[in-house]
Amino acid sequence: MSKQIDIKDLDIYYGDFLAVEGVNLSVKANSVMSFIGPSGCGKSTVLRSINRMHEVIPGAYTTGEILLDGEDIYGPNVDPVLVRRTIGMVFQRPNPFPTMSIYENVIAGLKLEKDKKRKQSMDDVVEESLRGANLWEEVKDRLNKPGAGLSGGQQQRLCIARAIAVEPQVLLMDEPCSALDPISTLAIEDLIRELKDRYTIIIVTHNMQQASRVSDNTAFFNLAGIGQPGHLIETGPTQEIFTRPTNQQTEDYVSGRFG
Amino acid sequence: MNPPTAADTDPPMNPPGGTPPTPSNSDPLKLTGRRLPRWVPWLVGLGALGLGLLVQATGITAIGLAPGIIAGLAFLIAITVISLAFEGRRHAVDRLATTLVYTAFILALAPLLWILVTVTIKGLSVMSPEFLTGTMRNVNPRDAGGGLLHAFLGTLEQVGIAALIAVPIGVLAAIYLVEFGKGKLSYWISFFVDVMTGIPSIVAGLFIYTALILTGVLEQSGLAAALALTILMLPVIIRTTEEMLRIVPNELREGALALGVPKWKVILRVVIPTAISGIITGVMLAVARVAGETAPLLLTTFLAQDINLNPASGSQASLPTFIWDQISRGTNAAVDRAWGGALALILFVLVLYAGARLIAKYFSPKVN
Repeated sequence: MSKQIDIKDLDIYYGDFLAVEGVNLSVKANSVMSFIGPSGCGKSTVLRSINRMHEVIPGAYTTGEILLDGEDIYGPNVDPVLVRRTIGMVFQRPNPFPTMSIYENVIAGLKLEKDKKRKQSMDDVVEESLRGANLWEEVKDRLNKPGAGLSGGQQQRLCIARAIAVEPQVLLMDEPCSALDPISTLAIEDLIRELKDRYTIIIVTHNMQQASRVSDNTAFFNLAGIGQPGHLIETGPTQEIFTRPTNQQTEDYVSGRFG
Repeated sequence: MNPPTAADTDPPMNPPGGTPPTPSNSDPLKLTGRRLPRWVPWLVGLGALGLGLLVQATGITAIGLAPGIIAGLAFLIAITVISLAFEGRRHAVDRLATTLVYTAFILALAPLLWILVTVTIKGLSVMSPEFLTGTMRNVNPRDAGGGLLHAFLGTLEQVGIAALIAVPIGVLAAIYLVEFGKGKLSYWISFFVDVMTGIPSIVAGLFIYTALILTGVLEQSGLAAALALTILMLPVIIRTTEEMLRIVPNELREGALALGVPKWKVILRVVIPTAISGIITGVMLAVARVAGETAPLLLTTFLAQDINLNPASGSQASLPTFIWDQISRGTNAAVDRAWGGALALILFVLVLYAGARLIAKYFSPKVN
């Protein structure tokens, strides 16, 4: 089901400002890749450009290629809406839609699309998605309550359920646990390991323990200084990045000597 | 007055005389201070009120408000001085500021209540089923009787048509400004909306009069009046809707976009529902604002004494012009009718506000 991602010579701009330069990176299908690096190095920017959310910001654009199983998602005639349906995203802060119930939040991506889908199959999608996000047992009796009434960790899992309800191939997570307590964080990390069977996952995190716990591969980003573009410094199996990094900057970062 | 002690108001954290658990430092912790007991402000207030009444009794009432002003000043000075003496400077300043803030609140509210009470009392004297269902047709201005149904129906039609035109244009313009607009076009739209906000209402009437009535496109009619009101409603609706859309968190837009929802559906299903209660409130405020407009109506539809349901042809009455007409006739019966019209207009606007609050509550985002 899930797909491989290959990034080739990716440059990312905010207007005239080159934010990230020359990224070349491959993420294998059914694996978890984590992006680590100091603040401002462009991890989130790279992540957002993988499902074409970067260009939502006025003046922002990219050059280079991002291939999803060989197909360039920035190619001509590619519809960003379809790209985003294939490559889902979970944000740093839980953002359930405040006017919708838990049920409606889960099917938000569907309801907005396939209005004619029948009630029964909708119910199935909701249950399946909420089970997939390990939230079903906690909310099954109050599906019609507002999604904003859940705790922060539950809201984040609701956002994951919402993202997997549209059946994407790839799941992008932008610091999904940074606004959560340790127990909710653990729940989400467990979930990431389960989801790996069905999706290709890329997670941005500031927490290096988290990166080592959940990811198969790790990419380290860094920037030379304020106002300089961010670069991909090193990428490899998580074990090696954390124990035997080849680059001095990576070693300094993972050993806590800076950042 | 008993000397107040800390025990009167606050539960003592550290009993007086006891040794608080201080670290090595030899200074005892000072967490309690002397506070005035709760009843002191009330007593001072009573005293100030008494002083005011005394002033009134002695007849020094050259200005009608003099006793009230004296009572207020007396309270302000007394409570501050007493507090300064017993509680210290910080609490005295606090009491002074609190008193000033409450005074400002009461002063701001007073005219509103005054107007409401006056209009209600004077208006109720003519309120009757006949007044609500009758018209001014064949009623001599000097005689009592007659009614305002024609004016009420006129206002309903004019404001309704104006809202029908202004709400879609205004809301869509605001959506453009917030969700799509960038660069010069949106800057200039924004600029002209600001300019429109400042247009005096009579100028809007004058514009419709010269542009549409003098040129023969329209005759003096309810429709012409509605168009003038539309000009006045538009900037209010655009501005309030814009404000409401701008406070919808960007995260919600991004969350929906990232699910692969097309932008127009994001706006329709996520952005607008989140902002809808504010938008409705803004629309109702705009409606209420123009419901009381008089000047543009005098230019565009003038007066009528009977029901005219056709907005496209002939003069139409309206509540504000009804009030203006009756007041200008000057007889007691006519002035009474003007008060009745004023009460009806206020009630109409009040019902709109109440409706807006209810709708806003129904649509607003729910937490549990």
